[in-house]
Amino acid sequence: MSIDVSQFHSIFFEESFEGLDTMESGLLSMSEGETDADTINTIFRAAHSIKGGAGTFGFSNISEFTHGLETLLDQIRNGERDTTNEAVEVMLSAVDTLREMMSAVQDAADIDEEKVAHVSSELTRLLQSDEEAAEAQTISDETSSNETTLATEHQQAGWKIDFKPLPHLLQTGNEPSRMFNELAELGKLDVELDDAALPHFSDLDPEACYLSWQLRLETDASIEAVQEVFEWVEDDCELSISPLVDEQHQDTTQLEKPFQDTDASPSTAPIAEQAVSTQSPESTAPKVDSVKKKPSTPSTEMASIRVGTEKVDSLVNLVGELVITQSMLGQIGENFDIKMLPQLIDGLEQLERNTRELQENIMRIRMLPISFVFNRFPRLVHDMTSKLGKKVNLVLSGEQTELDKTVMEKIGDPLVHLVRNSLDHGLEIPEKRLAANKNEVGELHLTAYHQGGNIVIEISDDGAGLNEEKILQKAIEKGLVEADENLSPEKIHELIFLPGFSTADAVSDLSGRGVGMDVVRKNINSLGGNVEVISEPGVGSTFTIRLPLTLAIMDGQIIQVAEQRFIIPLISIIESVEIEPKKVKRVTGKGELYNIRDEYVPLIRLTNVFNLDGGVETLEDGLLVIVEAEDRKVGLFVDELLSQQQVVIKSLETNFRKVTGVAGATILGDGTVAMILDISGLLTMHREPAKQLNSSVIKVA
Amino acid sequence: MANILAVDDSASMRQMVEFTLKGAGHTVTSANDGQQALDIAKTKSFDLVITDVNMPNKDGLSLTRDLRQLSAFKFTPILVLTTEAGPEKKQEGRAAGATGWLIKPFNPDQLLATVKKVLG
Repeated sequence: MSIDVSQFHSIFFEESFEGLDTMESGLLSMSEGETDADTINTIFRAAHSIKGGAGTFGFSNISEFTHGLETLLDQIRNGERDTTNEAVEVMLSAVDTLREMMSAVQDAADIDEEKVAHVSSELTRLLQSDEEAAEAQTISDETSSNETTLATEHQQAGWKIDFKPLPHLLQTGNEPSRMFNELAELGKLDVELDDAALPHFSDLDPEACYLSWQLRLETDASIEAVQEVFEWVEDDCELSISPLVDEQHQDTTQLEKPFQDTDASPSTAPIAEQAVSTQSPESTAPKVDSVKKKPSTPSTEMASIRVGTEKVDSLVNLVGELVITQSMLGQIGENFDIKMLPQLIDGLEQLERNTRELQENIMRIRMLPISFVFNRFPRLVHDMTSKLGKKVNLVLSGEQTELDKTVMEKIGDPLVHLVRNSLDHGLEIPEKRLAANKNEVGELHLTAYHQGGNIVIEISDDGAGLNEEKILQKAIEKGLVEADENLSPEKIHELIFLPGFSTADAVSDLSGRGVGMDVVRKNINSLGGNVEVISEPGVGSTFTIRLPLTLAIMDGQIIQVAEQRFIIPLISIIESVEIEPKKVKRVTGKGELYNIRDEYVPLIRLTNVFNLDGGVETLEDGLLVIVEAEDRKVGLFVDELLSQQQVVIKSLETNFRKVTGVAGATILGDGTVAMILDISGLLTMHREPAKQLNSSVIKVA
Repeated sequence: MANILAVDDSASMRQMVEFTLKGAGHTVTSANDGQQALDIAKTKSFDLVITDVNMPNKDGLSLTRDLRQLSAFKFTPILVLTTEAGPEKKQEGRAAGATGWLIKPFNPDQLLATVKKVLG
């Protein structure tokens, strides 16, 4: 029977990547000279599992590579080696390499052999730097001994075996009769029992073995095959195996107890072969290779999430309740009478409750703790601080705060950017910190918590704070603000989010890779969230990101424009006001502006944007909804505000095509479809109407 | 067919062992670590135990030692999955009361061959 092990690959990868994360965080928590037994054991186990799994599932190169790492860890675990910073660094890079190797194998891409060889040699160098070259020695010993045994000739007629178990043999779970069965598969076996050592019944220990056997095995199997049968008991018995002289046909009949007749088992040969191949690594090697080379069905990689059993259980539970409700309603419906109305209403209420709970629980399945994102930061901080010569203490809190998997995947990069910025520009080098009367070790806090329907992530450092002077100067240089403009510190801080803004004197290779804060803000906005900064010179800065918990559902405000209903994401609404006509200004080229508390916001008529007829035209008959996106405010002119409700977002792109100004669609309670407005998109349309027109013309064409 | 208890902290190995043994008609109960396995073993008996060595909570060797203390497991074959082929590791396994071992990496066929060896 042959089993295709590739079916276990995806779970192996999933578990190995988790193992690598565990190793990485474990390694990062290790410090020079200290070895915490638990930590090192955990790291070791992860490496060990990867090695074992990789070997089993045919990734011999990964298995080989992990071997060195495992050996190193084993030595640390056994106290044979001290934890040095160097060793930790090498092991970290080995973890990286493993991760790359696995991704490559997973995607059926090429492995960066050069890097693997390099890190591998680093590991070897560490291993051999002590007098631990012994490890390599044993390996070569093993192989050479294997070679010699394989070379042994076995041209004899069979084997004569004296087998005298020690009394405790049965207690190891071994059983002589099973071993004889196994021998019988190698050839014709004759068994002679020697019960001379059997004590008197009253002295007999029922759990001990007093018997011994002489066996004659007619076979062309090698001595190794025979030894292998006794491999597990070689220390629990007296065993001697000698070649059988070629006289087998004479004596066999005289033997008292023929244990088993060979002819009874026709399948002898293949099984014997199997047994031999178990022992010689050479013969299994090609097998492993063939598995490896088989095109590993590229990108069968299905994004999967691991869900806690209790979440699944609660779903099953809810579905059960739903079924009960359904059957209850079914019964009511069968011969409905108006007297049963209260029951019907009860039933419908129950249905509503079930549905809501089911929805909430299903959403919870997609929720993962933010630690998935946070966990990469200890490594990042570790690497960056050593490069920058800074000392930073990273404090993570609220790692268990959950958010939607999709949001999680997209928030990673902006967070990395912000953390890099804090490390690079925010936190000072130790000398500067000491000079400023601060602890030379800077603090970087990453905090997550839930607030309302949002998740809030804060990145705060106790560094120098934003350099307002420099920001302002730069902004003036770039023509983003007028030289004589008098800006409050908050306004100045906001400038860093403007496109084309970067204060770094020199673009360092750590942050400032041409990706500015504007991109960070844009990415966060596209998730329906926002980011803001609070900073105080000399005290530090805090970036606060607010995100919706999920992208699939959001709180929306339903509005009426002409005959259409639209939905505005609640998160972007600041306020809704009745319009006082005298506060409306018309500016050539900029359309209408509305003065709200001395701030002019552009007024956008949705009827114009979407080309609708029959809406409210007179400003005082409608309402103005002030919304914010990309830190710019705009007023949307609508006929009427309807209800607020949670809406399930359906993608327009998947079902139709991308439409500027529309983020998606949803189905309302009465079954009609309503478009969800994309505020950023509307802003762009408003800012560049001509361009928008052009592109839509092209689209239509 | 046999009733087998398979213990491994690695989900992929557990799946592979379970799938292979079930495919050969055995009944398989899985455990994530030694402690869980021991708890299961206290409630029912098995014809064979296959256990990994390196596991959290309770490793395979100490599981083997504890199982041998249970009367239902006194003679039960216990196979240890190990990556270490060195003689001292084998000795450790034997001292703990293991019947035999299966050296990782192994493929499903080797697993079945070894299982056959102890189930007779």
